[in-house]
Amino acid sequence: MSTSGPPFDSAEVREPVIEPGHTYASVTDKISSIVLTRPTSLGWVAGFTLAFGLVMVLTIAVAWLIIKGVGIWGINIPVGWGFAIVNFVWWIGIGHAGTLISAILFLLNQQWRTSINRFAEAMTLFAVACAGLFPLIHTGRPWMAYYMFPYPSTMGLWPQFRSPLIWDVFAVSTYGTVSLLFWGVGLIPDLATLRDRAITKPKQIIFGMLSMGWRGSARHWHRYQSAYLLLAGLATPLVLSVHTVVSFDFAIAIVPGWHTTIFPPYFVAGAIYSGFAMVLTIAIPLRKAYDLEDFITMRHLENMAKVMLATGLIVAYGYYYEYFMSVYSGNKFDLYLTQMRFHGPYSHFYYALILCNILTPQLLWIRRIRTNVAALFVMSLVINLGMWLERFVIVVISLTRDFMPSAWGRFSATVWDYATFAGTLGLFTMLLFLFVRVLPAISIAEMRELVHETSEEDE
Amino acid sequence: MQHRSHIYGVVAEFETAEELIVAAEKTRMAGYRRFEAYSPFPIEGLAEAIGLKRNAVPLITLIGGLCGGFGGFGLQYWVAVIAYPQNIGGRPLNSWPAFIPVTFEMTVLGAALCAVFGMLALNGLPRPHHPLFNVNRFSRHATSDRFYLCIEARDPRFHLSDSARFLQELKATHVFEVEDD
Repeated sequence: MSTSGPPFDSAEVREPVIEPGHTYASVTDKISSIVLTRPTSLGWVAGFTLAFGLVMVLTIAVAWLIIKGVGIWGINIPVGWGFAIVNFVWWIGIGHAGTLISAILFLLNQQWRTSINRFAEAMTLFAVACAGLFPLIHTGRPWMAYYMFPYPSTMGLWPQFRSPLIWDVFAVSTYGTVSLLFWGVGLIPDLATLRDRAITKPKQIIFGMLSMGWRGSARHWHRYQSAYLLLAGLATPLVLSVHTVVSFDFAIAIVPGWHTTIFPPYFVAGAIYSGFAMVLTIAIPLRKAYDLEDFITMRHLENMAKVMLATGLIVAYGYYYEYFMSVYSGNKFDLYLTQMRFHGPYSHFYYALILCNILTPQLLWIRRIRTNVAALFVMSLVINLGMWLERFVIVVISLTRDFMPSAWGRFSATVWDYATFAGTLGLFTMLLFLFVRVLPAISIAEMRELVHETSEEDE
Repeated sequence: MQHRSHIYGVVAEFETAEELIVAAEKTRMAGYRRFEAYSPFPIEGLAEAIGLKRNAVPLITLIGGLCGGFGGFGLQYWVAVIAYPQNIGGRPLNSWPAFIPVTFEMTVLGAALCAVFGMLALNGLPRPHHPLFNVNRFSRHATSDRFYLCIEARDPRFHLSDSARFLQELKATHVFEVEDD
């Protein structure tokens, strides 16, 4: 794959966050043309069709689940959680990088976030949609899901607010809502741009309604910026709290391997780790397919690789700490669980996890790897796999080996487990395909701001 | 007062953000108060140039956050202590540490909803049509690559030809009359 910009061997040359020579009009044209004028490419149709096929698989899997019940999955006592919770945690973790990029990097004034925040936020939304599906269908009676919300029912029942599972309901639904608001607010000025540049009447009307009559007035921008900054400030603790609450689902329980205080920080780091991997998995084909190499430069890819390396090391520390605590505590159940990770029936998952999440990412220390697009793409897939394995190890090994040997068991997934998981991968991909085609995948207004700032620096 | 009902104001177009800031400052110094700048991206210093001070969004957000937080905790307290008390081994009913996560989430939710909808309400959005959209060049360039300054007819100092000439002298590339409808 080709790279553009200055040569990499001189360490002093800093890769730009936007290639030089762009004007307000050129960024507007380039990004809005993807939505407005470009013909639908064959590759898009092929990708969309494949993803849509998987969504059909999901529909069938969920329909069969509703007809037959959760028994079609491999779950049984002692492993009641199985794939559903593994996938839930995996998806929600992926979502976190989107919020991190849009909120935390915004507060830290990191210019390089600008061209990747929009689709990273979209990724968050779609990942949260996939994540939310799993606990919902895992209840076995998804049509009763409203029981989890506090409402004055005729039975006089209320949710148990001391339960982490109810915290989860509030955390995930708040997270989904706030992510949607953040994304929607960011979109308003761009929707106005599309409204003003659309040629056909239907597009003008649709974008006109969505942009709500935005006209870029200074008073509006003034309040808009306040709201955006406040949302970023709110989303930052929110994203940390959501994965903390997800880790409480485990840590509050007394099951060996779950009941540890390292879980919240290590879950948050893992979430960011897998999320950045997913951003790379999406960004690399996206910039190639729509010629966005000027906007998503090597600097972006390299920075994301660095974040992966750093969070990967935190995750590695988490694994080490789990091991250390089980030995140091002398608790025989914890010790036995650790042995089971290394030598038990699922040890190949554990070794694969170490390989994917700890050993392979060490290659990112090498600058040549960080700046090699193909290598980064492969690496991002490996880390995504590794983070899935991590959740599998946590859920399944602990549940199959708790306190009493009479309660031990095995778990093996059925074809419906795999079909549901593959189906959500399809749903996620399909939504992304639709997103890049109907909405600007890069924030146009913020790119103009970047053009303005970089032209000031040049003067 | 030269108020004419079918005229919304005069609008001037500028090439760069810097020219717009200078023009906004001069317009303010000339005594105009009812004028507005338009730009395709937020510009640092423009708010000060047209004389904007603080806005109410942070206060609304604070109120929303407080309502969400107190509402969230209140709900849990009411459920756990009053509506559905459960005596589990004599543990306290108001087990407040267990209520922190939901209280926190509700605080964030209330604040975020108020920040967004408060901002939209203060901005008077959604508003599908605006007189400025009658100006062709404004519609084509205001959300893309040009900068605009509009002196509105409701300004007491507004005079159609004088104000237009005034804007022309501020290095505007075009000046248009904006019809009201």
